[in-house]
Amino acid sequence: MPIQKCVGPRLAQEMGLKPIEQNNQGKNGLDSPLLTLDGVVKRFPGCLANDNVDLVVRKGEIRALLGENGAGKSTLVKIIYGLLAADEGRITWRGEPVTIEGPAVARDMGIAMVFQHFSLFETMTVLENILLAMPKGTSPAELRERVVRISRDYGLPLDPGRHVHTMSVGERQRIEIVRCLLLDPSLLILDEPTSVLTPQEAISLFSTLRQIAREGRAILYISHKLEEVKALCHTATVLRAGRVVAECNPSETSARAMAELMIGDRPQSAERGDDERSGQIRLTVKGLTLAAADQFGTDLQDISFGVAEGEILGIAGVAGNGQRELMEALSGEGPALEDPHAILIEGAAAGQLGPAARRRLGAAFVPEERIDHGSVQNMTLSENAFLTAFRRLGLTRLGLIDRPRTRGYARQVIDGFDVRASGTEAEARSLSGGNLQKFIVGREILQEPRILVIAQPTWGVDAGAAAAIHQALIDLARRGCSVLVISQDLDEIFAICDRIAVLSDGKLSEPRPIQAVSVDEVGLLMGGLHDMAAIPEAGGREASLG
Amino acid sequence: MVSLEPRGTRSTLYSYLSPVIAIVLTLAAGIVIFSAMGKPPMQALYVFFVQPLTTAYGATELVVKATPLVLIAVGLSLGFRSNVWNIGAEGQFTVGAIFGGGLAIYFHDSESILLLPGTLVAGIVGGMAWAAIPAWLRTRFNANEILTSLMLTYVAILALSYLVHGPWRDPDGFNFPESRVFPDAGIMPVLFEDSRLHLGAVFALAIVLVGWTLLSRAVIGFQLRVVGAAPAAARYGGFREKRLIWFSLLLSGGLAGLAGISEVAGPIGQLLPTISPGYGFTAIIVAFLGRLHPVGVLFAGLIMALSYIGGETAQIELGLPAAVTGLFQGVLLFFLLGADVLINYRIRFGRARVPQGGAR
Repeated sequence: MPIQKCVGPRLAQEMGLKPIEQNNQGKNGLDSPLLTLDGVVKRFPGCLANDNVDLVVRKGEIRALLGENGAGKSTLVKIIYGLLAADEGRITWRGEPVTIEGPAVARDMGIAMVFQHFSLFETMTVLENILLAMPKGTSPAELRERVVRISRDYGLPLDPGRHVHTMSVGERQRIEIVRCLLLDPSLLILDEPTSVLTPQEAISLFSTLRQIAREGRAILYISHKLEEVKALCHTATVLRAGRVVAECNPSETSARAMAELMIGDRPQSAERGDDERSGQIRLTVKGLTLAAADQFGTDLQDISFGVAEGEILGIAGVAGNGQRELMEALSGEGPALEDPHAILIEGAAAGQLGPAARRRLGAAFVPEERIDHGSVQNMTLSENAFLTAFRRLGLTRLGLIDRPRTRGYARQVIDGFDVRASGTEAEARSLSGGNLQKFIVGREILQEPRILVIAQPTWGVDAGAAAAIHQALIDLARRGCSVLVISQDLDEIFAICDRIAVLSDGKLSEPRPIQAVSVDEVGLLMGGLHDMAAIPEAGGREASLG
Repeated sequence: MVSLEPRGTRSTLYSYLSPVIAIVLTLAAGIVIFSAMGKPPMQALYVFFVQPLTTAYGATELVVKATPLVLIAVGLSLGFRSNVWNIGAEGQFTVGAIFGGGLAIYFHDSESILLLPGTLVAGIVGGMAWAAIPAWLRTRFNANEILTSLMLTYVAILALSYLVHGPWRDPDGFNFPESRVFPDAGIMPVLFEDSRLHLGAVFALAIVLVGWTLLSRAVIGFQLRVVGAAPAAARYGGFREKRLIWFSLLLSGGLAGLAGISEVAGPIGQLLPTISPGYGFTAIIVAFLGRLHPVGVLFAGLIMALSYIGGETAQIELGLPAAVTGLFQGVLLFFLLGADVLINYRIRFGRARVPQGGAR
């Protein structure tokens, strides 16, 4: 049986929460559960994704579903939303046993879900996108009125006539939320909603969610960000390896304690050295201007910075502001630059070199996408080790792969970075996201590069793996490597970087020492000026998240 | 209700089982087809697939037919793995025969032992040259190699036709559209007396081993596999895409050229207007049936060779039209592609339901 820490019929009262009953079904008020899962089991080939999970969601409650990557959170909500069928177990909705045969059934019952990846047509307007999800025969004029009303009532500013491709990720998320609210749901499920938002956008999302809950709707909030859960959620269910390991009241439980519940042992925060070194500049970017490859890409405009020996420079910014283009320009995967001197690796003009030649100069790269970019899913770990390491480490003999040495290197990465895998011949696809990321980062770091460029180093990675990767980056910098981190996770940048610059709309701000900037300043730069007006009470992240 | 459900991961079992399923379904379809044509189906199947193997000569003929298929399909497999779709092996086969055959005809008085090696090398060069055209068009202008290589096939066949009707026609040949018969020094040695089994079969076996090594052990083979499985990862690894396109096309073109010259310097012995019953196209089926693996290609080549011989036997014994060979080959490819769906999907009968209260 799961450990029941502080289950909460009393909880909502403790929180001082009084949901407004909008219908007469809730005879028992707060205590009547809206949704109950009883012993839900879901097996996938080779893994038990949900192991006897019990879950209760009550009206007016914001319940967090906390867990590492691969803990079974997404599987569980897909079962609730009818996308997957449970192998065993019982689902009860408003006291009645139910079978949720598909998302359409779930929506009819009053369950709505906002996914991590949006399903929007970029070339259509907001209204057209919403219309597509409505029953046939919905009048566009009437719908427009409802959209405007809902977006006003819930503080989700939206212009129904705008085309989606002109909108930021945060704005797109609003479309998805409005689309859900139009269904008048009793239960709203959100999958890692803040992973794509600026701090200010997150704060405004939280106030919307609080309002939705005050109306008596329940919210199931999937996250692995502890501070958010503390700030927003009334209750939390912690999953680990498919099982419910605890339930708790996030406002009374420390972030550290919740992290322990999530990952099972104490996560170590990365330690940063105090010694500030400003040695030789190993990576120099000077006046880098590059037109975007496709119409929805971002042009890079006159980007200049340098990364010194032993330094970690962080480039913050919301995805879609030129990160992909900058990464491709730096790694050499994009088209050759007009000016070979726009990028200098150890002083050598690298603007027109391919990735292999740049590696030979001493650079290493970790792309944002792990799957089939940083690694090949259908290949073994030793083959994946060979992918980028064979030239620098000489893992070939007479044009053939030197298998013993390749395996040896893969083994070294697995051991050195605590990668959980069945061995060097395990296929990359059999690894969880965090383990695969550790493998990729380890593969690059153990080649002892002089320059490392890494994009979103811990995106979607659990707390334990993230801490290990952060520590490895810091240790690498201490050994004299110049590290460039492109990330949209501000906590990460503040935790490990020496200096920070913000990439917004293809332009890079002046890099500044990390001690000299606040999270708020960076957040505002990230959002870009046009979004500032839309942010209510831009007063402070600390105040609202604390 | 029957529905397809994603497996999540590729099924290794079905990637090997799928060719077997396809062959069984093809035989079943054969019963239907033969019945529809008014032939006793079981006897027809026997004549088609078993009778050719009952004699030693039939068995060697099987290898003779499998030789060009395997040579071509090994090259195609490596290219297909890197998403380079050379559909024009038939053309490269033909140009290989023209280049090599041209040399043999020019030196028709020669008795040099260097003539055969020279002829073979010329054949390989011819196939490579013909494949270099789509490679150049693809890397220079991003022209689709499927279209260019296919269209060049017809150019090659017409060129051969022109040569044997015109300049290369045998002066003592009574105006038949045929070239001179190659001199003995330019003919592939036969392996067994009284058979047509020639040195090309040894080449095919060697190429299977070389292809296998290339694919599983060599750096270039690794690069081809990465390009095919994850193009972004190949760019990240610093593999030059153009180089790999050139390599794939030159390799498959060269092997098709070798197959072409082995055929005209082997069983045929001269240049004719038609030198191939579509080996270059059938080899595409062989490559997929053999799971794009050189060893699989060896077995698949033998199976497809059987369809050629069986087709000939069926024409003689049962009076079936020659088209029945192509029909069986097409049906087999059809079922193979259909069965390949099972690698990534499983069939589900009826809808899955949540069992009520099964947990406690």
